[in-house]
Amino acid sequence: MPRQFVFPVVRVGKPLAFCVLALPLALLGIDVWREFQLPGSGLGPDPGEDVVHHLGTWGLRTLLLTLAVSPASRLFKRPQLVRYRRMVGLWAFTYLVLHFLSYFWLLGGYAAGVAIDGRRLGFAEALVMDIYKRPYITAGFLALVLLIPLAITSTRGWQRRLRRRWKTLHRLVYPAAIAAWTHLLWLSKGSFMDPFVYGLVLVVLFGERIVFRIRKQRRARAASAV
Amino acid sequence: MLIKRPSDIRTSEITPESVYRSRRRFMRESLTVAAGAGTAGLVSAPAVALPAEWLTAREVKPGVPIGEEMTSERDATSYNNFYEFGTDKADPAEYAHEMTVDPWTVKVSGQVEKPGKIGLEDMLAGIDLEERIYRLRCVEAWSMVIPWIGFPVKKVLDKFQPTSDAKYVEFRTLHRPSEMRGQRSFFSNIDWPYVEGLRMDEANHPLAIFAVGMYGKLLPNQNGAPIRLVVPWKYGFKSIKSIVEIRLTKLQPKNTWNVLQPTEYGFYANVNPNVDHPRWSQASERRFPTTLFRPNRIPTRMFNGYDEVASLYKGLDLSRHY
Repeated sequence: MPRQFVFPVVRVGKPLAFCVLALPLALLGIDVWREFQLPGSGLGPDPGEDVVHHLGTWGLRTLLLTLAVSPASRLFKRPQLVRYRRMVGLWAFTYLVLHFLSYFWLLGGYAAGVAIDGRRLGFAEALVMDIYKRPYITAGFLALVLLIPLAITSTRGWQRRLRRRWKTLHRLVYPAAIAAWTHLLWLSKGSFMDPFVYGLVLVVLFGERIVFRIRKQRRARAASAV
Repeated sequence: MLIKRPSDIRTSEITPESVYRSRRRFMRESLTVAAGAGTAGLVSAPAVALPAEWLTAREVKPGVPIGEEMTSERDATSYNNFYEFGTDKADPAEYAHEMTVDPWTVKVSGQVEKPGKIGLEDMLAGIDLEERIYRLRCVEAWSMVIPWIGFPVKKVLDKFQPTSDAKYVEFRTLHRPSEMRGQRSFFSNIDWPYVEGLRMDEANHPLAIFAVGMYGKLLPNQNGAPIRLVVPWKYGFKSIKSIVEIRLTKLQPKNTWNVLQPTEYGFYANVNPNVDHPRWSQASERRFPTTLFRPNRIPTRMFNGYDEVASLYKGLDLSRHY
């Protein structure tokens, strides 16, 4: 009997996935390097905005991809897909942290000193005021904060330690995704194509979970009735 | 039967189209606007606007340098907010060439003695062109320094003789979805056409100009060809592009962004570092050219540094009338 082919997830799949997920960051790195060599050659007239936007876009995309792993594994009946979920999620977190930092340094304007209500604020105070005063920043920051405990407890050790509570804790990814989408919605002006498209993806990913849950409950009820 | 009096026939209507087009090509190659501040290069503009030999052959009084670094022509013509062509900053430069700007007529109506439709050439007849080097401050907290070519708004308004009831001026941008893809967009929540307005005394202020050119050339389409408003002490969205209609009114016009989001955009929209936009601090700005390693962030000045307009707003609470 010929041996069944098993795809080498650890030796091939994961390094491959890592490279694909790192690609947007690598491309940005190349642009930034070219920009460093000759200003205007790598990025557009507003390079700070380009960097922040690129990182935010890929942060949201990888976050949605994280949420797509479980539905995809059910749909294609490939349970081994779940083994990639942590890596995708950590990349999403990485992009979002870089997005936040780049906003802070490149667009926030704290270096020049931000005056709110005519008063110049200190560095940390300016950040707090920004988060407090601007709803879209509040939403974006909330998404990032919600993801911090998930990134910390993403290791196998924490998984063991928290046992069943780990799963409950990691449901925080749902409000985080909603907050990230709200951030996009509130910063959009003039056109709502992006929030619409990403919102649609979010609805599909949430919808699949609801349908899956209802079916599972029905099956459980049917089983207990027998 | 329509009797066409000689005065009804405009010069722009007489010229056959073929002559027009060849002239345009000729002008593109030999544009000779005597612009100052070292901008008199004769390189062809990214998107050609007018065919107008009558315009490009004119003398332009050179502008006065303001002692601040000029934004590069490349930045000013590739980073634009012109939502009629898409919401991305690069969209206008990519798609604005789809807009026909020749021939161009402007309709003037409302509280004027002499309303009517007028070709651009006739509208500009007898008006001298001058270069104005202005700061342009966008509400999104970035800014540029641009050498415009134009003339005071007042000179055009006076031609139509505003009545004593004319308290405001309303401007409208071209509405032509077939050539403006942003206006066709399903996801746009803007009620086209784009509308902006000024108080009569603001429009008559010598700093308020109509621009027909920049950097010593005709205005590129993405910058609002063939004629746009430039009001340097107000946020950029007030400086409406590709104007086809001017109405003088008794009541304050309902400007597009104010209608869309009244908590974020007012009617006055004077540059004011002390009144924050809900999404951005207005205390400072990114001045182009900016690079990743030299952000060039500078403090924003009241009225964008044009203190001479302050008297227009005496007694007006600018934190309420933002």
